Amino acid sequence: MNTLDNDNKTLIVRNLKGGYKTEYGYVRAVDGVSFDVYPREIVGIVGESGSGKTTLLKLICSGGRIPPLFLEEGDIIMDGINIVKLGWNEFKSKILGKKVAYVPQAAYDAIYPYKRIWQFYEDILREIGISVNKENEDQIKQHLIECFKSLGLDPSLINRYSFELSGGMRQRAVIALIASLRVSLPLLDEPTSALDVVTQKRVLEFIANIFREGYVKSVIISSHDVATLRQIAHRMLVMYAGKIMETAKVEDIIAEPLHPYTQLLIKSLEAFEGFKSRKEYKPKVIYRELANIYTMLTITGCRFHPRCPYAMDICRKEEPPTIKVDRDRTVACWMYMKR
Amino acid sequence: MEPLLEMRNVSKHYISGYIKTNIIPAVIDVSLTLNRREILALVGESGSGKTTLAKIILRLIKPSKGEVILGGKDIYSYPEKDYYLKVQGIFQDPYTSFNPIKPILSTLMDAVMLRFKINKIDRDKAVKIIESTLIRLGLNPMEILNKYPYELSGGQLQRILIARAYIIEPDLLLADEPTSMIDASTRLSVLNALFQLNEEKGTSIIFITHDLSQAFYVADKIAVMYKGRIVEYGERDEVLSKPRSEYAKSLLLSIPRLSRRWFNV
Repeated sequence: MNTLDNDNKTLIVRNLKGGYKTEYGYVRAVDGVSFDVYPREIVGIVGESGSGKTTLLKLICSGGRIPPLFLEEGDIIMDGINIVKLGWNEFKSKILGKKVAYVPQAAYDAIYPYKRIWQFYEDILREIGISVNKENEDQIKQHLIECFKSLGLDPSLINRYSFELSGGMRQRAVIALIASLRVSLPLLDEPTSALDVVTQKRVLEFIANIFREGYVKSVIISSHDVATLRQIAHRMLVMYAGKIMETAKVEDIIAEPLHPYTQLLIKSLEAFEGFKSRKEYKPKVIYRELANIYTMLTITGCRFHPRCPYAMDICRKEEPPTIKVDRDRTVACWMYMKR
Repeated sequence: MEPLLEMRNVSKHYISGYIKTNIIPAVIDVSLTLNRREILALVGESGSGKTTLAKIILRLIKPSKGEVILGGKDIYSYPEKDYYLKVQGIFQDPYTSFNPIKPILSTLMDAVMLRFKINKIDRDKAVKIIESTLIRLGLNPMEILNKYPYELSGGQLQRILIARAYIIEPDLLLADEPTSMIDASTRLSVLNALFQLNEEKGTSIIFITHDLSQAFYVADKIAVMYKGRIVEYGERDEVLSKPRSEYAKSLLLSIPRLSRRWFNV
């Protein structure tokens, strides 16, 4: 996959910096993020709340055009087009709903409550420049029904209101709408965090399904749970305080996490992994927790050092560079710097 | 040994509609016993009636049928204040469990007042009790006491709620999905605080969750609920090694695990 040139990548993000402009000043939530997404690949972004996952996804899908979101610098290149440099109209007609679409964490927010799903779909089509009239209505409706059927959803759903559906059903309906538009890169923001485990499995299978059937080219999916992403992602990005700490193939990251933060994320699941009881397993390293997520954006040096058990002097003074340890594996930690 | 809590054939139905009424059963014929110092995990998907059951025990709703017995007496025979010294609850969303305009110190002060009655304890002594409790649970009182709830993280707030229960020393704590809104990395610290409460104060805990893997870690006994009924009930090891119901088996299979992938993508 690495031999492909830039034009063939689905998404290239370079040195992206952005955040929110608020009354109280500017908060930079994404700080110098670079990564690529290849065709036919599911990329998982993992990190705690406040680590900048949502902001990163929102920046990619809007180019920082919608306040209070603000893009300082950086490039977002989708299929060879730098969306940061496009004007609003061009961006809307070429990118939004065609190349990229964003599914928010709570699908409650995604569907307009006063409209049936079919009416909502009409609105989306109008927004991206396809008008629905008497001649093509049946055809478009038929297309949507076919799409719902092939993904294993009941086609009668399109005449329902969003509040008539359960949480998992609503999440799948929204993802199906995006699939039927054949968006090349859907951005799914914590699609399963509000669902119970049985429904979660169903939704993950559904995402795998739209990927397998070729409705979408690549997928970016975010979560705070490594075990959930493990089920579906090919590659993982670990984010902390607006920076990418580690990128690697999923199998590699599970087998041998390099960054101390990744180790913490995986260690926190150890207790549940082997169905141990509380008497058998006592966590050895208790990592400290930061009182306020905003303070972690203002720390000098490596941002993880106040919680890191291996923190050295250099970690407190200087920010670690991104070190390439393997062909498709990078880590931002001083421990892996060769001297 | 006499059990702490006993539920005998408890049912609860809700009535919806005005002209044409529908009866919606939420909890159907549930019987449970819980001994002192035990942790029971109540597992089930959303809509299975877990929270309704918790609310019945907390006396927030009355059961339509059956009785709940705590320490040998029906729960409705206790005066309200005495009852909440014996039974406490913590909930899913820590941000809505606090009074947003009160600093943490004043919230915890209310707990001390409830425990030791207002005139019998002076302020300095109360603050001392609060500080030592927080330190015991691995929280830094200097960092926390003068802050407001919105300034703290979800994991910390959830542990402060456990500290509140630690001060009150109830016989029974109902923990309704205390970790579902918390990041995976801080989940263990909340669970640890619960275990401390259980070990040091002897509080029995009913731990409600939808995640069977967490239930196995936390509990001595497990009850699986499905559509208002208890479909599986037994000791932890029994349920893990040979689940009897089909539903419990399917729950076991839907736990995401690091070592295994469900399907190839």
